[in-house]
Amino acid sequence: MKLIIATIKPFKLEEVREALTEIGVRGMMVTEIKGFGSQSGHTEIYRGAEYAVNFVPKVKLEIVVGADLAEQVVETIVSTAKTGKIGDGKIFVLDVAQAVRVRTGETDADAI
Amino acid sequence: MKLSKTLLPLTLIALPGMGLAQDAVVPAAVPTDVVFILNSLLFLVGGFLVFWMAAGFAMLEAGLVRSKNVTMQLIKNVSLFSLAAIMYYLIGYNLMYPLGDWGIEGWFSGLFGSVAVLEAVGIDASGADDYGYASTGSDFFFQLMFVATTASIVSGTVAERIKLWPFLAFVVVLTAFIYPLQASWSWGGGYLSEKGFSDFAGSTIVHSVGGWAALTGAIILGPRLGKYKDGRVIPVPGSNLALATLGTFILWLGWFGFNGASQLAMGSIGDVADISRIFANTNAAAAGGSIVALVLTQLLYKKPDLTMVLNGALAGLVSITAEPLAPTLGAATLIGAVGGVIVVFAVPFLDKIKIDDVVGAIPVHLMAGIWGTLAVPLTNSDASFANQIVGILLVGVFTVVASTVVWYVIKAVMGLRVDEETEINGLDMAELGMEAYPEFSKG
Repeated sequence: MKLIIATIKPFKLEEVREALTEIGVRGMMVTEIKGFGSQSGHTEIYRGAEYAVNFVPKVKLEIVVGADLAEQVVETIVSTAKTGKIGDGKIFVLDVAQAVRVRTGETDADAI
Repeated sequence: MKLSKTLLPLTLIALPGMGLAQDAVVPAAVPTDVVFILNSLLFLVGGFLVFWMAAGFAMLEAGLVRSKNVTMQLIKNVSLFSLAAIMYYLIGYNLMYPLGDWGIEGWFSGLFGSVAVLEAVGIDASGADDYGYASTGSDFFFQLMFVATTASIVSGTVAERIKLWPFLAFVVVLTAFIYPLQASWSWGGGYLSEKGFSDFAGSTIVHSVGGWAALTGAIILGPRLGKYKDGRVIPVPGSNLALATLGTFILWLGWFGFNGASQLAMGSIGDVADISRIFANTNAAAAGGSIVALVLTQLLYKKPDLTMVLNGALAGLVSITAEPLAPTLGAATLIGAVGGVIVVFAVPFLDKIKIDDVVGAIPVHLMAGIWGTLAVPLTNSDASFANQIVGILLVGVFTVVASTVVWYVIKAVMGLRVDEETEINGLDMAELGMEAYPEFSKG
């Protein structure tokens, strides 16, 4: 099993979710985050005082799938979330040691 | 403002009574039931419009503080209003209006005379306290809203680091003594009114008093943690600009009552026409102030600043409050516009001298209030710059001294400021155990 962590631009969330559902992804976790990479922040002025906005809002997806589906998930996210401008995000793939379905107690492949 | 009670008999003698004289002074209406009713109605309607300004202040302040401090700001606003009502009833009303019966002539009405007493239930004309004026209840109700407004002004400046009960203790003294005492010198018929000081609806008497109290409080309290660091000013963006804007529009609406009902009479064509002018001028001044702030922030910062536009509108309203009747619409717009200019430059200036005013109440109420008072002679020839300055200084010195003493006494007795950990975690959780936006909190 693989855990795919992906950061994407917030407005791309619906598109990515729809595309992933179509290839067979049955669940995901979504968190609203702030972050920066090479897309650094900018300065703003509030009531005459300047301040740096270093973090940019992003959405983080965490998806656990079988190893066979993982590569397809990565490709799908890349193709739907890409805008071509900096700040499109990053994807990391990790190995998962164990998975459990809380309701039934099923494990591993039966749990995802 | 109850000057009309002494002036009225004189005008009755002087005029034929049907408003035919082409005086600059509005011929007073002959006292009749209808005049009494209309005057009282003006106070009642004006009174609940000014009451609505309490909601305006609450929303404006709630929107300009951080989420973790919103509940505290709201509880301060509800409580200060209620305390103002009670203290004005117990002490303030009679302290402010000695009705010619002074302890120290022109200066001090006397202490703890009696609580405010309204007319009996179900009176007829003979039962009215002042048949030529309005019902005491309507007068009390209307005036009460003004003292509450004064107290609200302080609440915004000292936000995000003042403790609740010490703040309310200050409100008690402000509404029972400080405000009514200085108001008795002008609207109560005392020294300043004799001198010819002119402040129609309270640029000095209400707004600068609130502003001075806020200024002294901000200095004694100190700035918020982390606000001024290494010579830089750290902005603290507000949590909800939609609420702040709503609050500003609510204040703008309430101001029609604040200025309009300060005509103190609605029983004649002249009075109603005057009130119409006042409404229109009040609106014009707000418009002038907001547009100037919009343009100036665009020019200065390359992007307009909504919070400054809101402050600009309010500064325009404060500026016209001293004389909303005499100016033409154009003059009123310009008077308000100057208020907008003041705000745009005063807000960063206060930060530069490290006075932390969370909502801009000092520029809006104190500075624009002084400007509005000074501007009166520009359109009203009955006023003079000299007399205006006397009034501004007298009220200013008194309020600063009195407020300073009270802040320090409260500080010594119960402390003013929350501790550092509370300020960092937010007043809502630490002081009140209640979040404003629990669904959206991080914990």
